[in-house]
Amino acid sequence: MNMKWITLIVMAFLSGPVWAGEARPLADDPAAEARLKHLAVELRCLVCQNQTLADSNAPLAEDLRREVREMIAKNMSDQEIIEFLTARYGDFVLYRPPLKATTTLLWVGPFVLVIIGATVLIITLRRRAGKVVEVPVTEDEHRRVEQLLAEGGKRP
Amino acid sequence: MNRFLLPLSIFIVVVVFLGIGLKLNPREIPSPLVGKAAPDFSQPQLFEPTKVFSPGDMKGKVWLLNFWASWCSGCKTEHPVLMDLAKSGEVPIYGMDYKDQRDEAMTWLSRWGNPYPVVGVDDAGRVGINYGVYGVPETYVIDKQGVIRYKQIGPLDPDTVEKKIIPLVKQLEAQ
Repeated sequence: MNMKWITLIVMAFLSGPVWAGEARPLADDPAAEARLKHLAVELRCLVCQNQTLADSNAPLAEDLRREVREMIAKNMSDQEIIEFLTARYGDFVLYRPPLKATTTLLWVGPFVLVIIGATVLIITLRRRAGKVVEVPVTEDEHRRVEQLLAEGGKRP
Repeated sequence: MNRFLLPLSIFIVVVVFLGIGLKLNPREIPSPLVGKAAPDFSQPQLFEPTKVFSPGDMKGKVWLLNFWASWCSGCKTEHPVLMDLAKSGEVPIYGMDYKDQRDEAMTWLSRWGNPYPVVGVDDAGRVGINYGVYGVPETYVIDKQGVIRYKQIGPLDPDTVEKKIIPLVKQLEAQ
């Protein structure tokens, strides 16, 4: 009786991996798989463009992961693998575009905008500071102010 | 007046940039392969699996390489255009059956017509990767020296064929 229950429980736990078909192990070598993961998060899936190669389930992403896995197995360096992909798909495949003549605006643009913004801010603040003029108050005006203040409380 | 001039001009610049951005197609990624030698391959043919199809066979000719598949809906849209182009005899279109089932591909061609003199089979999608294919249909114009001169991403339409493909083919043939 007891044995039966234990067997049943063990079997229930073992059945888990049977239907967990989606997350199948990708390679036998955990080191290679770690390298693939490390590379794949830097690479863009060409089909679903806002997903990395690691996240995407598109058939092309699967093929590219297979290709990268094979290159890892061939002991190619990360540099060589990335060159292989950019030669075919262009810099677009990289999530971090390299600094090149065509990408200078992309890299420098935000800093240029910050500098422009800061300059405009400083100029505006200085100009505003210059606009505040000291207005001397005469003795007469002083008296009138005092008088008005004194009367102020009596008004409804 | 002057107070509004600067914000207005900034607004107009932003609108122009956003307008251009809206017109761009993010699916069209410029190919680094244009101007480079077409990657070599040697794939079994669809109708005669014992024979191979290789770009080397095409040296000295201007030709189109069209990646397609029976499962691809864009290929169906494109198909009449390819048929017309093949009939016109302007340029030979060679097919590459991309990640497809052989029998389904053959059924597809017999049902809709076959514009290709020869179709290669790329069942693993490796030729596709070497050509930077990321969504079929894609079409490459390859010149006499075997250099890729143009890449069409997505279905060819009559307008593109008339205004881009045929003039380019004529120009390449004159070379």
